[in-house]
Amino acid sequence: MSKGPRSWRPYIAGALVGVLATASVFVSGRMLGKPKYLGASTTFVRAAGMIEQTAAPEHVAQNEYYQSKKVRIDWQFMLVIGVLIGAFGASMVDGSFAVEGSPPIWRDRFGGRISVRAVGAVLGGVVAMFGARLAGGCPSGHGMSGLMQLSVSGFLSLAGFFVGGVVVANLVYRGGRKDA
Amino acid sequence: MNEQILGLITGVLFGVLLQQGRVLRFEKQVGALLFRDMTIFKFMLSAIIVGMVGIHALAAVGLVEYSVKGTHVAANLLGGLFFGGGWALMGYCPGTSLGAIGEGRWHAIWAVLGMLLGAALFAEVYPALKASVLSWGSLGKVTLHGALGVSPWLVILALIAGYIAFFVFLEKKGV
Repeated sequence: MSKGPRSWRPYIAGALVGVLATASVFVSGRMLGKPKYLGASTTFVRAAGMIEQTAAPEHVAQNEYYQSKKVRIDWQFMLVIGVLIGAFGASMVDGSFAVEGSPPIWRDRFGGRISVRAVGAVLGGVVAMFGARLAGGCPSGHGMSGLMQLSVSGFLSLAGFFVGGVVVANLVYRGGRKDA
Repeated sequence: MNEQILGLITGVLFGVLLQQGRVLRFEKQVGALLFRDMTIFKFMLSAIIVGMVGIHALAAVGLVEYSVKGTHVAANLLGGLFFGGGWALMGYCPGTSLGAIGEGRWHAIWAVLGMLLGAALFAEVYPALKASVLSWGSLGKVTLHGALGVSPWLVILALIAGYIAFFVFLEKKGV
């Protein structure tokens, strides 16, 4: 379409996230004494530490990284759980909730076998989270919160996210249906 | 109100907006990396424009504090590239993976499992990385306007102009 955006939806929802992020920094600064910026990847460190603790508590207690991040249920941990609840509620209300066993773009390229999707996603998850922790954040923490504050680390990391993502996506999904 | 309840309320609102922005889906995440559907760029940059102005305006009158992450050039870039590669394969980022499960895309559970493994792996090798990659190019908590020695508002105006020009370009292309 040449006249006006096809949909204002992502702009409006995005702008409201900007309002939420600002309000969150203000409210958490007042109520908790420390500003809380949106982020998600440290929660995976804390959750991994909690799971490991059930099998090897002394190992977690001695691990420098777990100790520096504090293995506990904090503000961000609850934020991430809240995202799941909010997405569930919103998708039920507007009827966009849909049970899906594998994503269409993936299926076009690799077929619908659950095991193939599981291997690909687990592998991707391992590499991505290792990278996010090395970079010090994910698209929420570095991307959104970093760019809102004009932090150099945010711009560098986000550049890495997109360059790495564009290269691998084009290598992996080329050959899939182009009109997906 | 305690920290956990505040986090949960913020998260529920964040989840509703992510879902309503339609950015949780694998198709939107990978679609952007294939330049077929740029929804996540529109969403993220809109959030950044509003948050950037909001946070700097409130900080200017002393109502909020910044929390800038330290810059480690090598780790930011290298970690960023790794993240990007993994992101393309799993089709989710840490925040959207849980949201995707919430809207019924239960296969995102594999991405969550992988990310938990990746976090555990990182915790094991952290001491070696701390002494090497993480220390290369450490510049401290630098900001663009700090590095350039100008007012943040100058940088904010320039960035808003650039982001809006990008939106116009995307809408013209119809992606």
